[in-house]
Amino acid sequence: MLQETRALHPVRRRGWKGWFAVRKRHLGYVAFALNRLTGLGLVLYLIIHLVVLSMLARGPETWDAFIELAKSPAFLLLDVILLAGILFHGLNGLRVILVGLGIGVHRHKELFWGLMLLAAILFIFGAWGFLVV
Amino acid sequence: MSEQKVTFRVFRYKQGDTAPHYDTFTVTVNERTTVLEALQAIRRDQDGTLVIRHSCHHASCGTCGMRVNGKEVLACVTNVLELGTPTVTVEPLQNAPLISDLVVDMGPFYETFSQAHLPFVRRSEYLPDAEVAEGVPFHMRFESCIECGLCVSACPVVASDAEYLGPAALAAVWRVVQEPRGTEVPPLLDWVNSEHGCWRCHVALECSEVCPSNVDPGGNIMALRQELVRRALGLSHG
Ligand code: HEM
Ligand code: SF4
Ligand code: SF4
Ligand code: FES
Repeated sequence: MLQETRALHPVRRRGWKGWFAVRKRHLGYVAFALNRLTGLGLVLYLIIHLVVLSMLARGPETWDAFIELAKSPAFLLLDVILLAGILFHGLNGLRVILVGLGIGVHRHKELFWGLMLLAAILFIFGAWGFLVV
Repeated sequence: MSEQKVTFRVFRYKQGDTAPHYDTFTVTVNERTTVLEALQAIRRDQDGTLVIRHSCHHASCGTCGMRVNGKEVLACVTNVLELGTPTVTVEPLQNAPLISDLVVDMGPFYETFSQAHLPFVRRSEYLPDAEVAEGVPFHMRFESCIECGLCVSACPVVASDAEYLGPAALAAVWRVVQEPRGTEVPPLLDWVNSEHGCWRCHVALECSEVCPSNVDPGGNIMALRQELVRRALGLSHG
């Protein structure tokens, strides 16, 4: 009987959209959503990267043409975005590993900002490397 | 006291409706009016069909949990003007079956929660020097969790995994592990040491942010994991 009445009641569950419903949420939630987004972005990048590498098998002309394209400013900008994604995901991932094991649970926000400061410094050096050097 | 008019955008749903909608009400409030009082005023003066749930009016019973401006709160201790928005949006908790308007079915939540077998009272850690009356072994207090379900509504993992035990039940299990008071601990640890148990959590810690009763469910989940790791390594017994 209870089960039957329950079946009539719809559950408001956001599903995967809930992962990214960050409005009004706090730092840990936003970091979780960004980690997931960057993680999926990195997987996408990895796939593209492997597809591109497969061009090597098609001989030097194809590859050289691609390298020319890869040196264009638009492509370098993509590298910079990739760098930001890797730094965020990797360093925040370190925090998730620590906090998830019970280390620094009550300092997780300080840990986040500390690691993001490190990410910002590495990003500036890296971006400078990509765009200027 | 100065009075002010505030607009309330209230989630409405009745059984059989194909989709929920929002109704708008204007309520005169003062500096002390809570969201719960404003909703009661709407029900009394404007629309008697508005369904709300409450009991204690002082953050103890956990029955008035809802989402106000997108955040899980106890409506009875949420001051309207302190929200600082000209329109206040009120919705029921997420991840629970909707019964009517702002009221959800807490049955599934209680069913999971009660499997933790958390006793209602604990030894009080407050006022350690206070004199204890004759015949009373020590001061007691209620466990902190008021079973309001705010944490379960806020958790991004519960949003996509209906089988996840959720922050409140996991936090309750940690309290039992911490202070078993006669309860058998190993079966509880087996229960949470699972795919949909404490390892499912992704450390968003939103549960601890919204908990109105300082339970810190997220912290308790991490404590459970540490205990499981300790036991797996043979470093903890009992
Ligand atoms: C640089 C070192 C990296 C570290 C420390 C790291 C760490 C982590 C951690 C801790 C999680 C779990 C997050 C959670 O529980 O919410 C995670 C998830 C994930 N990572 Fe990484 N990661 C790294 C690199 C990568 C790379 C290179 C890729 C892609 C090729 C990647 C793809 C993913 C994906 C798809 C997820 C699942 C997303 C989710 O569950 O939210 N990660 N990572
Ligand atoms: S810490 Fe875990 S239980 Fe708490 S809101 Fe985040 S995912 Fe849910
Ligand atoms: S842990 Fe906190 S938010 Fe969750 S049910 Fe208990 S009192 Fe409510
Ligand atoms: S009415 Fe009891 S907690 Fe709000």
